[in-house]
Amino acid sequence: MTALLTLEGVSRRFGGLNAVNDVSLTVGKGEILGLIGPNGAGKTTLINLVTGVHPATSGRVRFEDQDITRMRPYQIARLGLARTFQMVQPFARMSVVENVAAGALFCGHAATVREALLIARDHLAFTGLADMAERPAASLTLARRKRLELAKSLAMRPRLLMLDEVNAGLNPTEIEEALRIIRRIADQGITIIVVEHLMKVVLSISQRLAVLHHGQLIAQGAPQDVIADRRVIEAYLGTKYAAASSRGAH
Amino acid sequence: MRTWLALLVAAIVLASLPLAGNNYLLRLATTVCMYAVLAQSWNFIGGLAGYPSFATAAFFGLGAYTSAILQNHGAPLPLAWGSAGLAALIFAALLGGAILHLRGHYFAIASLIVAEMLREAINAAPDFTGGGKGLNLPVLSISVTAQAQLFFYAMLTLALLCTGCAVVVHRSKLGFGLRCIQQNEDAANILGVNTYAYKTAAFVLSAVFVGAAGAIYASWVNYVEPSDVFDVLLAIKPLVMVLLGGLGTIFGPALGAVILLVFEEVVWRNFLTIHAAALGVIIVMLVLFLPNGILALLRDRLPRNEFAK
Repeated sequence: MTALLTLEGVSRRFGGLNAVNDVSLTVGKGEILGLIGPNGAGKTTLINLVTGVHPATSGRVRFEDQDITRMRPYQIARLGLARTFQMVQPFARMSVVENVAAGALFCGHAATVREALLIARDHLAFTGLADMAERPAASLTLARRKRLELAKSLAMRPRLLMLDEVNAGLNPTEIEEALRIIRRIADQGITIIVVEHLMKVVLSISQRLAVLHHGQLIAQGAPQDVIADRRVIEAYLGTKYAAASSRGAH
Repeated sequence: MRTWLALLVAAIVLASLPLAGNNYLLRLATTVCMYAVLAQSWNFIGGLAGYPSFATAAFFGLGAYTSAILQNHGAPLPLAWGSAGLAALIFAALLGGAILHLRGHYFAIASLIVAEMLREAINAAPDFTGGGKGLNLPVLSISVTAQAQLFFYAMLTLALLCTGCAVVVHRSKLGFGLRCIQQNEDAANILGVNTYAYKTAAFVLSAVFVGAAGAIYASWVNYVEPSDVFDVLLAIKPLVMVLLGGLGTIFGPALGAVILLVFEEVVWRNFLTIHAAALGVIIVMLVLFLPNGILALLRDRLPRNEFAK
């Protein structure tokens, strides 16, 4: 497996808080990696660090052979790293199709606004938003705005797609639909990092899991091994439960 | 295509105005063209990018002084006017680097201070700039009517250039990126928009035509002084005109320029002493009742097919 993204001992401090602390992690080409951890574990900070929104205070981030640690967000985006936001960030007063066209236009694949709008229609069809193309982005339901985020990211022709809680706040039917789309994206050969709260969701699509707790990487590996790991159970359910469950197991 | 046609018709109608032979009308038309330049320019940074700039007065005064000083050193008129635009352009590019990372109110305040800084700089160098006493410009050796027509056509050309530039920018990648920045700068950055370069481009566009307009104005009134060309109203009026006409639209700023001037003429004649207060009342009324401008009001009256289904 060749590495697409490599984190080497990256940390990010906000004042006295170590939001991400000495994390080393490799993501291979074509992989679906699940990034999990309790609230405040530093998952979103790690995404922000990779995308250049909050650059690492120490350590290095490499994308293939390029050091992207100090690059600006727009430069990183143009290399093929796309992300969706946990809190959706549409251009509210622009139409749905214009939102998606922005991704196609500024990541260098569409030469003109007109071409970008055409490309955007394909991505809207893919994400099932074709009927909404002319509506203002602000008028969409949450589930559709999440899909709009996906369509925007896909229009950037990413090689690595980071999905920050694309399923949060959705009902079971909507989650099924979202997972179906994510699997189809992976089928196109796009590497995916899924940041997720819902264990069931993350287990159903990830090939590998990485667990953050208090900013540190406490476990990584095959999903069934990781969720049986004592430190992971402690992080999620507390030490008492971990002790009880390990007694029960033996 | 229809936009260019509308622009062409407006150009022909306005260009034939001197035939009417009314000097009062010609003076008003010159002022309208100048206001249109200021409003159209402000629309690049304020309307498209969403950065409330009050630096218009600074660019205007800088252009006026650049041209005045150059002419007093023997430069011909076209060279002096062109240099004024260039000086505003360079100044905006440098200034943009310093203040465009600020957002909202902070940017507004920083941009407001710039004109004051320049005014102080002018006052501090009286040997070169005439200081607070101002500076006379060389008188042109042509008839008064010919002068009036020259300045009218110069302002008109500038207004048309500026509007043409707006048409191109609105439809281009630059305009699209600026609208993205206006709505969500962080999201734009993550989508690959070089926000710093785009904002600087918008700021430069908001300066270059204003600098040239300041130069033409200085030649027109034959005299520059700091309190006139760095007047804070020069920073506020463009904003009012754009809000009047329609924020982020192509013809809104020009429409706003006409409305504001008509209003000014009426109020100025009837309530000389409370002119500034009346301007304040308009701003309040605008924000309360017409937040999207006159163009939006007209558009709302027309059938809208895109939302019909």
